[in-house]
Amino acid sequence: MPPSETPLHEGPQGVEGQPLIVFDQVVKRFGDLTVLDHLDFQVDPGERVTLIGPSGSGKTTILRLLMTLEKVTEGHIWVDGEPFSHMPRGSGLAPASESYLRAKRRRVGMVFQQFNLFPNMTVRQNITEAPIHVLGTPKDEANQRASDLLDLVGLGEKIDAHPTQLSGGQQQRVAIARALAMQPEILLLDEVTSALDPELVAGVLDVLREIAETTDITMLCVTHEMGFARDVSHRVLMFDQGQIAEEGHPDQIFGDPREERTKSFLRSVLDNGD
Amino acid sequence: MEFLIERLPLYLDGAWVTIQLTIGGSALAFVLAMVFGTLGSMKHWLPRAVATVYVEVFRGIAALVLMFWMAYALPVATGFQLEDRFAAIVALGLNVGAYGAEVVRAAINAVPKAQVEATVALNMSWFQRTRLVVLPQAWAQMLPTFGNLVIELMKATAVAYLIGVADLTAVAQQMRQGTGETIIAFVGALILYYLIAQVLISGMRLLERRANRRLGRTPSGGTGLSALLKYPAVGGGSAGVG
Repeated sequence: MPPSETPLHEGPQGVEGQPLIVFDQVVKRFGDLTVLDHLDFQVDPGERVTLIGPSGSGKTTILRLLMTLEKVTEGHIWVDGEPFSHMPRGSGLAPASESYLRAKRRRVGMVFQQFNLFPNMTVRQNITEAPIHVLGTPKDEANQRASDLLDLVGLGEKIDAHPTQLSGGQQQRVAIARALAMQPEILLLDEVTSALDPELVAGVLDVLREIAETTDITMLCVTHEMGFARDVSHRVLMFDQGQIAEEGHPDQIFGDPREERTKSFLRSVLDNGD
Repeated sequence: MEFLIERLPLYLDGAWVTIQLTIGGSALAFVLAMVFGTLGSMKHWLPRAVATVYVEVFRGIAALVLMFWMAYALPVATGFQLEDRFAAIVALGLNVGAYGAEVVRAAINAVPKAQVEATVALNMSWFQRTRLVVLPQAWAQMLPTFGNLVIELMKATAVAYLIGVADLTAVAQQMRQGTGETIIAFVGALILYYLIAQVLISGMRLLERRANRRLGRTPSGGTGLSALLKYPAVGGGSAGVG
């Protein structure tokens, strides 16, 4: 989908079949370093998109912008036709306030490379505290949902365990359950298997495959697991130097990459045994 | 020895006042430390400025001078006379609270950024994040220094006799003046101060152990009463054991 298809500077209007996420000329700089360079791309509702590319190419920054952990330097992000990185003020857009961001980020969930479970809580509390306090879910309902989600990720018996009693793979599966408990429409997965021992990777990927197959959650996934990317994603974006070097169906990107940068990146990943 | 045993009730009265000053001062210091420490960790400049003013003012004033001011200057300035014991508690609380606020601020800032990011990803408000995630994790970090501050505060109560509070030091002074037994009069005070400090240290270690256990950190000294006497292990989160 060419990024210039809709008049993005006006913001996509509420029409049927509109993209869920739109990046419109997004620039992100950290000091002198430009991480995203006038980036345009769109994600459709329910679409599963994998972001690949060398480290430092801006993939994780895209997820962090969508989780509102970073602010755009220039450009705009739209979600469901509404400004996301900015808020309407008068006839224009102003940088989003914290309360505006809180209202918007409700639709987004994220799973981190290092799990980031709360060590002061049990597994159950990790999953139930945010629904109870943020969404106002009744405690019984939150508990029921926590045990359903733990069953989904294969950790039903660990509900009263402490995060430090779990392996990395188990912690990551709890983190996935925690993100799902908030019922996000958009799930961001930031190199969720990179910190795991090789033998624990498969369990986590199986859980994500199941979520991909059984839900219509829109997923943006940064990963070096090319087999997983090929299996679950509708589209693969190859990033290089803050821009999209190539995008396409996973079969095309992995089977018949056109860009030299994509070819050399895939070669280097495969050489490293992934 | 007989001298002390005969006068034990008097010493215990003094010790009780010292304990009251310690508990009252610590309670006030704790509240002030939590409030101003949390304000000091906030992003906005205004709460941080308020916290800085409190910390710099009350950290820089000697507790004794503050106590004199509360007891003697405040009535002149405002016509409002604080009860001696209360004046001592307020002075000690304000002074130690300023140190404690810095401890709280540092402990909050030491909570890993990744934990805060996880709360953002769960859409928690600042208040929810602080209450549910940041303070419970910072708590374990604060406790060892809080333990030191409580002991310091307890020892600083000894100057309260200078504004007329009948604490343990005041009792020892009276004994010395009344009997001329300087050495033994102060040995009694030394022993009681030491015992009070030991109780405080044990209590703080118990709190530290509990806090570390809640964060899934198992102390190396095992569990049970004997473990209380060992210093708690901080920061050693090992997988596989609870």
